[in-house]
Formats: sequence, C-alpha cells, structure tokens
Amino acid sequence: MTGHRAIDQTAAHMADAIRTGRATSYAITEAHLDRIDAIDGAIGAFLHVDREGALATAREVDEAIARGEELGPLAGVPIAIKDVVVTKGLPTTAASKILEGWIPPYDATIVERIKAAKMPILGKTNMDEFAMGSSTEYSAFHKTRNPWDTGRIPGGSGGGSAAAVAAKMAPLAIGTDTGGSIRQPGAVTGTFGAKPTYGGNSRYGLIAFSSSLDTPGPVARNALDAALLHEVISGYDPRDSTSIDAPVPPVVEAARLGATGDLSGVKLGVVKEFKEGADAAEPGVVAAYEAGVEQLVKLGAEIVEVSCPSFTYALPTYYLIAPSEASSNLARYDGVRYGLRAGDDGKHSLEEVMSLTREAGFGPEVKRRIILGTYALSAGYVDAFYGKAQKVRTLIKQDFEKAFAQVDAIISPTTPFIAFEFGARTGDPYQMYLADLYTIPTNMYGGPGVSVPVGLSEGMPVGLQVMGPVLGDDITYRVAAALESTQDVLLADTAPEIEGK
Amino acid sequence: MTKLNTFEQAVETYEPVLGLETHIELDTHTKMFCGCSTVFGAEPNTQVCPVCLALPGALPVANRAAIEATIKIGLALNCRIAEWTRFARKNYFYPDMPKNFQTSQYEEPLCEDGYVEVVVDGQVHRVEIERVHLEEDTGKTLHVGGSTGRIHGATESLVDYNRAGIPLVEIVTRPVPGTGALAPEVARAYTAELRDIVRSLGVSDVRMEQGSLRCDVNLSLNKPGEEWGTRTETKNVNSLRSVERAVRYEVRRQSALLDAGERIFQETRHFHEATGETSPGRSKEEATDYRYFPEPDLAVMEPSREWVEELRATLPELPRKRRERLQAAWSLGDKDMQSVVNADAVDLIEATVAAGASPAGAVKWWLGELSRRANESGEELAALAITPAQVAELQGMVDDGRLNDKLARQVIDGVIAGEGSPAEVAAKRGLEVVSDTGALEAAVDEAIAANPAVADKIRGGTHAAAGVLIGAVMKATKGQADAGTVRQIILDKLG
Repeated sequence: MTGHRAIDQTAAHMADAIRTGRATSYAITEAHLDRIDAIDGAIGAFLHVDREGALATAREVDEAIARGEELGPLAGVPIAIKDVVVTKGLPTTAASKILEGWIPPYDATIVERIKAAKMPILGKTNMDEFAMGSSTEYSAFHKTRNPWDTGRIPGGSGGGSAAAVAAKMAPLAIGTDTGGSIRQPGAVTGTFGAKPTYGGNSRYGLIAFSSSLDTPGPVARNALDAALLHEVISGYDPRDSTSIDAPVPPVVEAARLGATGDLSGVKLGVVKEFKEGADAAEPGVVAAYEAGVEQLVKLGAEIVEVSCPSFTYALPTYYLIAPSEASSNLARYDGVRYGLRAGDDGKHSLEEVMSLTREAGFGPEVKRRIILGTYALSAGYVDAFYGKAQKVRTLIKQDFEKAFAQVDAIISPTTPFIAFEFGARTGDPYQMYLADLYTIPTNMYGGPGVSVPVGLSEGMPVGLQVMGPVLGDDITYRVAAALESTQDVLLADTAPEIEGK
Repeated sequence: MTKLNTFEQAVETYEPVLGLETHIELDTHTKMFCGCSTVFGAEPNTQVCPVCLALPGALPVANRAAIEATIKIGLALNCRIAEWTRFARKNYFYPDMPKNFQTSQYEEPLCEDGYVEVVVDGQVHRVEIERVHLEEDTGKTLHVGGSTGRIHGATESLVDYNRAGIPLVEIVTRPVPGTGALAPEVARAYTAELRDIVRSLGVSDVRMEQGSLRCDVNLSLNKPGEEWGTRTETKNVNSLRSVERAVRYEVRRQSALLDAGERIFQETRHFHEATGETSPGRSKEEATDYRYFPEPDLAVMEPSREWVEELRATLPELPRKRRERLQAAWSLGDKDMQSVVNADAVDLIEATVAAGASPAGAVKWWLGELSRRANESGEELAALAITPAQVAELQGMVDDGRLNDKLARQVIDGVIAGEGSPAEVAAKRGLEVVSDTGALEAAVDEAIAANPAVADKIRGGTHAAAGVLIGAVMKATKGQADAGTVRQIILDKLG
C-alpha cells in the first residue's frame, strides 16, 4: 500500500483537492481508468467502461472550476454504477443475456442526479443477473473476484461495485439492495455499503427485481464518502410513486458527528434471535463482530438486547415476496420490444418466440426465482404463500417498531460468513440464500442499514451492520463512522495490492 | 350443429340471466401512468415513452384526472366510493401488452355496489352494478402480409403502442335475471344509458365505432325455478345493435343446445358483425391464471370524503332526469319520448328546439323523414349531413309558408348533398312555394277549363271534388303551390 497515489485518497479528499485546484478531475478520473485498465482483467468488476464519457465530464468540471463556478460537493469525483441502473447511451444489461446490447434511451433519476452533480461515470459494474444472488457468480458474462483473495467471491449481487471500490478502481459506486446486495458485498470486500430507507432514493430507472424491496444506495470506503454520495442521489422523485416526500436525513452531518468518536447516550440493540439457531454466524465472524461491539461500548454506547421473534421467518418470507414480484417484473423480457429475440426464423409462433427468448436469455437462478414466484402467486396457492408472507412481513415491521421504541439503532454481523470460494454454494441455493440472513429483515421493514468493516477473520474482511428506523439513516452513519474512528487505518485501505498487467 | 331455436321458442322455455362488462376509454389528456398524449389516430408508436413501452426500470405514476373521472362515473352509477383502494397486477403474456401484465384493480376497486335504472316498454329494470374499476388499455397488433388481416397467413405482426396505457374504466354489472323476452332490449338500453351517463359527465367521448366503449355480454339460461345455467361471455360487442343481437343469438343457440340435452361450456365467444352469430374463443377451462397481486409500484389511494363530495357536487344533470325534464317541456307522451330515446335523437331534438324550432316540428323531422333516411343508409341519426340548426331553419320556412312538406323533403336532399343551408338550397333549386296569387289564379282557371264536369260538381256543393282540381294545379306548378291557398281560390271561384 503506497497511500500516496490519487486513487488512495477518500472521495471527500478528492473532491476537496479538485475544488481547491490542488488536483484536476481529469487526472483523478484518468488515474482510475488506468487502474481499471491495469487490474480489472484480474478482478472483473466492470461490464462496460466509458473512458471517453468519464474524461469529458472531468474536463467540464476542471473548466468550470477554472471559471470560478461553484459546484456540488462531489463534483469531479468519478463513480462506477451497478449495471442494473439505466444510463442513457451506455449499455445496461443487469448482467443478463436477455438485455445484451440494449442501450437505454433515458437515465435513471439517480443517474440524472449524479450527472447534475458533475461526477464522471467510469462505467457499469458486474452483478448477479437481475440482482439475484450473493456471489456475483450468476452474472451471465463473467466472474468478479474478491480483491482480498481472487479465489473467492466478492459478494452479491453488487460484487462488481464492491470489488471496484475495494480495489480502488473507483472511489465511489452505486449499488442496489433488495435483500442485502449492497451490504453483504460491502462486508466481504471490506468496504462500506449503505441501503437507505426504502423510498428515500428513487427507483425510477432501476431495473426492477422486487419493487417493494429494491433500494439504490452508495458504496464507498468509509462512512463520510458514502454519506456525501447518499445526499447527492437522495430525495423525493415524482416519477417514483413509492418515493417519500420528506427531507433527506442529514447523513453527512451524522457521519462527521460519528467521526468524533462519541456515542454516549446512544442505545444499540442486539437481536436475541440472531444469536440462536442453527444458521448462526461463523465463529471468526462472531469474534470480529464482538470486538467491534466492545469498541462501540468504549465510545459510550449502551447495548440492549431486543427480541424480534419474527426475524426467524424473514428469510423464507423474503423468498416468497421477492420472487413473486420478480416473476411479474421480469415478464416484460419477451423479445418483442428490445433485447434478445430467439427463434424468430418464421418457423415459430409468437408464443414460441417469447418462450425461446426467455429460455435462452435467462440464467438458472433467474429461472428458479421466476418459477418460485409464479408458483407462489398461482390460484390455490397465493393465500398460503404470497398472502401469508405479507402477513409475516407486517409482523417483522412490528418487531422493528417495538425495538426502535427501546433503542436508537440495532447492530448485528452483516453476513454470517466471510467470502467463500467460487462454487462453494452454487450447488445448494439455500446455502447461498443464507448470506442474507441478517440483512433481509431491514428490507422487509423498509428501514436503513449500513455495513461497516469491523475486522478480519481468516484474513478476510468482516462487516458490522447498523440498522435504523425508517428515515433514521443518519443514526446508522453516525454509529458506523464512530466505529471507523477506532481504527488506526481504514480496513478498506489494507487490502492486498492487486498485481496488474 | 344443432339447429337454432327461434327467439320466441327459446324464451317460452328458458329464462335468460344477463351480465354486462363494459370498458370505457377515458379522454384524459395523458395516459394512465405516464405523460404521453392520448389523441386518437396518430402515427403508430409516436405517443410512447419508457413507461408505456415498459422499458427496463420505468415506473408508473397514477393519473389523478383518471381517478377523478372514475369516481364521477361511480357516483353517477350510485356506487359507494372506496376509502382505501389500490391497483393490482393482472399477469398474462400478450405482445400488445408491454409489461406482460395489466395494471388493473382486483379485490379493492375504486367504486362498488351501484345501480342503473333503464326503461324498456314502459317497464323500469334495475341493473345492479357490482364494481367500477380503473385500469390501462393495451396496444394494438396488426398482422400484415396475409390476405385476411388476421394472424393466419401473415408474414409480420406489427404492434402500435399508442393506445397502450390509455386509462380504461371497467364497469361490471351483477347478474340481471327476470328480463325474459326483453333481455336483448334491456341489454341494449343499459348500454345506451351507460353511454349517455358517461357522455353527460364529459369524461369520455364513448364512441363505440372507435372502440372507446366496448362491451362483453354474459348470458346464461335456466328453466323457471331452476338454478342459473352456465354462462358464456361474448367479447367485444361494439355497437348498441350488436349488443341486442348478441344476446338474441346466444339465447337461441344455448336454448337449442339445452333442448338437445347438451351442456353449455363456460367460455369466451366472439361476435361476428356480418352474420350476427357468435363463435367459441378460448374456454375458461384452459384460461390463464392471472396471478393477481397488489401493484407494488403504486401507492394505495385513499380518496378523502371531502374530495368525493366535491366531485359529487360537480355532477351534471344525469340523462334520465334530463329526459324527464325534456319530455315535459316538449309535451310528449311516454311512447313518443321512448321513440325519441330509441332513435338516439334526444340531443338532436334539444339542439333543434334551441335553434328556434317548435318541439313538435323538431320531433317530426328527426323521428320521421330523417330517421327514415338514416335507416336507409345504415347510418346513425347524428351522422346525417344535416345539423339541428338547419332542421330548425327548414321548419321555420315551413311555418312561414315558404315550404310545404314535399318541398321541404327536396330541400333536405340538397342540404345532405352539401348544397348549403335550407334557404340556399331552396333558392338554388327554385323550391319556394308559389305565393303569387295571380299566377295561381291563372293555373286554377286552366284547371277549371280542363275539368268542366268536376267544376260543375263543386258548383253543386260537392266541395270534396276540389281535390282533383288542386291536384291539377299542383302538377302545373310542380308542387310549389300551397295546397290550402289553391283550395281557397277554387272555392272562391266556384263556391
């Protein structure tokens, strides 16, 4: 670790250097593009890199600053975007063959906001197809490797964004979190990931997996950088009916407050039910997490045990609701209007063309979830499966509400295990699904959750999750930033150097 | 194929139970879930955007004007307006449906439990409304390259998404028993009443020929005292006359099958305008499972009671009230008023009276001569190329003695042929009544001279014989004389 290259700086430092003329956005952006050129062959974080577009934005920023214009707080700082978010003129595939070659004619709201903030877009990052997975192994295109150990997965579905930030190919990235797809990759790559309050960030232009759960959010190497990006992309959007028309929680201020290392008076809940049962976390993960809890106590936090009995059912409930919505959301990929079309040779009927297109275009995990969701919504089963899952979802929300009457935030390990080796869990879907055991309840509730690096187990990063009440994103950043303040060096800065070409 | 029963035979043995599902396209400026225009007849795929094309990532936003229009329809149909309602997804694959699900409503419709009263043969029938809900229309598929325009033999199928996402209101009745032999007329009268109500609200142009009002007709038969039979659903019946014919045909077809001891399949059927027959579509046994679930992309709607009452206060006079008022104002009996309604002439007569004609005159023209012409040409009355103002002008000329009925009919020919206003046509064609008594007296003198025997009879007091001389004068003046004036001149000379 040199620590002196442009790419080693935090996003906040880069922004400051650009604004004050100590560095140019062009140089910083180019350094990241060069880094991608040098090492992404070994990592595979990106599906598409837009060198020209990124440098053009960087040049605009530098010119504007030379003219003395006031720009936003992250102007000139480059960013990578998960390929499930549509970008006008840049290929967007959701890592699926069914969308290969599709060029969106419009920008997602959060992309519009990133462009308005003058942040150069480096490219689009790899992911599990349609955000379904916890290892990025279900990308239709290629693997993404964990920068800490290239024999291991980078988490998922947002493995590309997490790996890009961990390997310093981007200081910031956009992820999306339906059951843990920002937080779990953050935990296993030693980066910071935040899933904001549902409705706090617009979903317009986010390719839908599960509409009632999907939430876009920031990926960074520390809480402050993530908070700065959070404030760029957040806020009410009239194009998303589920968007919340309320002020954005003051997350930057909260991250700065947390960085002072004072948590006196803050009550942190630990969920009794998370410690029980056969699916508990690995001992190494537990050890790293508990060391983190000790640090939080030293900063003045009070630990309170809370009971959330319905959390036991969160995983099965999620695997009814999310696939049900997905089975409907993914119906539009039929080869009629865009993307792949198979069997259009004049010999097949329209229905056959649709069927062949979906057969060829979707990968195994997507098919599994479409079948699962279709079944859960079928006549005769809908009440027992989808209907009952909605009731349990209400109970999970109530558990959270009761807990937040007692505590300011809830903490847990982010994921039960460290990054596993490729292929270790693809044979048994349930083993893969367990990666999201601790992250799913927050999605079911709709509140915010962040994952902050807390330590290592077997040389691999471990994350601590902080969950907050709806629109209480600020407390999650404050607690996470306080934990960071106890680390001499940010964990994200201790990743092994990747050998480039 | 079993031979059909006559309708009369059928309704002697069986009691029909009707049910109607009507789809009405609202004429909001923008689509249900996006800002695209809804204007009819634009170039294909020019009124589309990421939302109504279902591009990846696009999200719907509900159109408040459409919700408002639906609540107004619900109120006009005496429905209860939901305090908590939401959209639901109806999932099935079809190429003209971009998302492969239709955003509709399922268990929580916007309006429920209403009724409409329709009058047929002086009898009031109460048709109960089960629900009124809001959904979106689909696009349109065109099959090209084949000879028939159907998918069979076509080389390509093209989809126009301009219509995809236009707000659609679905109005579903409860089963309507007890109409007996009047079932076809009740179905027609209900559809007409619904159309008039919606038109009066100004929320749709309800043009059946453009598909902005579309009907599905459900029908079953049962013997008196027995349980209701299995129903068929005849789809896309798109004119008032077709609604009536579809009911009539299904009564005849189903009764023949039942007589032969066969069973009725629960199925959707297609109506054929040319023959008035129905044929089977897909059967319900193999029907799609729509997998309805609440639409997670749209917020729940909770129409406030204040808003509902505000909307109630804006409701215009509804058609039935209006008809009662006009019937009194025009001094028409029930039968005559019914004829006016059946001829779809209420608006036309009202406008003609407003333009200055007497109610009796307006009714006479629209129900008489003009209805006859519309029937002959197979057009709707309102589609005739003559306006209420022109009819009023025509009647004014008759009242002034400038035209008689025969001349007036020739003037109508001219107006419909596009030759101008009634006055212009009369002038161009030289159709005014001859009021120059000098000219008439000369013609009478000629007629008397040519018919001495008739003249003697009149002189002898047989005034009825004057008809012969009047006829001769009319012939000589090519019908342009006023018969009353001629008669007076004859009697003056011979009486």
